[in-house]
Amino acid sequence: MLKSSINETKGDKVFNIVNYSILFAILVVIAYPLIFIVSASFSDSLALIQGRVWLFPVDFSLDGYKAIVDHRGINMGYLNSFFYMFVGTIVNIVFTVMVAYPLSRQDLRLRKFFTLLIVFTMIFNAGLIPTYMLIRQLGLINSRLVLIIPKAVNAWNVMVTITYFRTSIPKDLLEAARIDGCSDINFLCRIVLPLSKPILAVIGLFYAVTHWNAYFDAMIYLSDKTKFPLQIILRDILIQNQIGTDLAMTADPETLLMRENLALLLKYSLIVVSSIPLMILYPFVQKYFVKGVMVGSVKG
Amino acid sequence: MIRQKRTQKNYTPRSKLKVIQKEWYLNWQLYLLLFLPISYFILFKYVPIYGIQIAFKDFSIIDGVWGSPWVGFKHFITFFTDYRFFNIIGNTFILNIYQLIASFPIPILFALSLNAVNCKGFKKTLQMITYAPHFISTVVMVGMVFIFFSTRTGLFNQLLVGVGFEEVDFIGTASSFRHLYVWSGVWQSIGFNSIIYIATLAGIDPTLHEAAIVDGASKFKRLIHIDLPGIMPTAIVLLILNSGKILNLGFEKVLLMQNDVNMQYSEIIATYVYKTGLKSFIPQFSYSTAIGLFQSLIGLIMIISVNKLSQKFSESSLW
Repeated sequence: MLKSSINETKGDKVFNIVNYSILFAILVVIAYPLIFIVSASFSDSLALIQGRVWLFPVDFSLDGYKAIVDHRGINMGYLNSFFYMFVGTIVNIVFTVMVAYPLSRQDLRLRKFFTLLIVFTMIFNAGLIPTYMLIRQLGLINSRLVLIIPKAVNAWNVMVTITYFRTSIPKDLLEAARIDGCSDINFLCRIVLPLSKPILAVIGLFYAVTHWNAYFDAMIYLSDKTKFPLQIILRDILIQNQIGTDLAMTADPETLLMRENLALLLKYSLIVVSSIPLMILYPFVQKYFVKGVMVGSVKG
Repeated sequence: MIRQKRTQKNYTPRSKLKVIQKEWYLNWQLYLLLFLPISYFILFKYVPIYGIQIAFKDFSIIDGVWGSPWVGFKHFITFFTDYRFFNIIGNTFILNIYQLIASFPIPILFALSLNAVNCKGFKKTLQMITYAPHFISTVVMVGMVFIFFSTRTGLFNQLLVGVGFEEVDFIGTASSFRHLYVWSGVWQSIGFNSIIYIATLAGIDPTLHEAAIVDGASKFKRLIHIDLPGIMPTAIVLLILNSGKILNLGFEKVLLMQNDVNMQYSEIIATYVYKTGLKSFIPQFSYSTAIGLFQSLIGLIMIISVNKLSQKFSESSLW
């Protein structure tokens, strides 16, 4: 683009001022709640109740985080969620590559048929009850596998990966490898995968986010408390206000009030703690987003 | 190249069987790779479609899917004549259309606005921060809405009182459900939904802008006449996709935000299916499946018709 900043007209200047003000307003509206939650989680519960926390922590305290460490349900949920996320994402990536690579090959005879088979599932699904009945028949109810196997592949991510393979793996590579006597599976593992790190990172993140944030499947399929992922425990505490046995149950009104205050503080700390894993993962993958999203969403 | 070579070789007429044999011999490893994932799709996506037939039967666990007696459209009629029918359908449409109207243009405007920024540092920071809420889980998001909008301790009410207004009980007011639902969604998705538009804008030919500058076009004029038409095709494709999802968007969030107070506004088809099918003491599998099927069909019809409309009025379409 030309260096237009030298000869900006009056209209352009007005435009710039308006534009920057709008963007700055958006920035504040989005960032402020996030900052507030973090600050609140490090504040004293009394300062929080009295409304003295506005931007930075007031009367710094770690009570909320202590309450989390002491809460058995949260600890267990955390570990469970890590398990589901880790195993689930590995299964997801392996399955996605297994289906996406063959379907990206133009010389596969049944490619169109299989692709249609997958695309159809994106626009029509059987609905809650028939799926539930299938899961029950398969004996997956209340098994840890129920959060992994029924979500082994996502059709959307498959389409994204197919497009990536098709557009960024040169065909000549395959020919060269074939002449050297390389089989298809060998070619996939040794040449395609190392070249596809950006897309693997992006779909890996998307899958990981889905696993970490999922609660509905766990809610309808799991009944054993020791298998609950973190989100179920979050729902009990954040939305249904069930803090857990170790915090409630007392008759003394003063202690009760203190515990109520602590409960609010616990919520803020819990929001922070439950978001940390993804917030750590996200900056590493962020640079690939644009490419990943672009490749998938609009064909051609 | 490979494909070409093979067709040349196969130029002499051979039986179809041999062609298939040869294809299998060349690509058997690819089919081997496909085996597991395709079985997954068949088992978890197509087998349940077979189960849909219970929408037309009186399903009993003892007789199974196959053995239960056919009853035709009985369950559909029960739903259509239910006194809650119009309320549920209305809520579903209003909530989703409200959401579509609010959350579709805003990322576009945001992307256009961001694209006009020259300072790279500001742009990067803004992108980084606005993407972040996308990763907050639905449960936490709803929890945040409840905390921020609660009376007494809620940040929003503390602000209101601080400026001199009266406290408002947002969570306890039924009619505020829709606004809380839609605008918290906008807050969460504005950044992430704009990625695709930002990428499209980056792909617009810079010579267009140069020519316009030479002709004396202002920044605003270039935004209207170059950038906006440049992202329209992308926007239309996304609009079609969104309209197809219109009936099953955000079910989990509605379910979490639902309480006894706002039921009049928050009961949608999906939550009703969940309640009659799984949550009630006497699960009505057939009835619930019928309602779910009704919802899927409307979604399918929507996506097909919006696609048709789009083919008629513009160049872009999904297929």
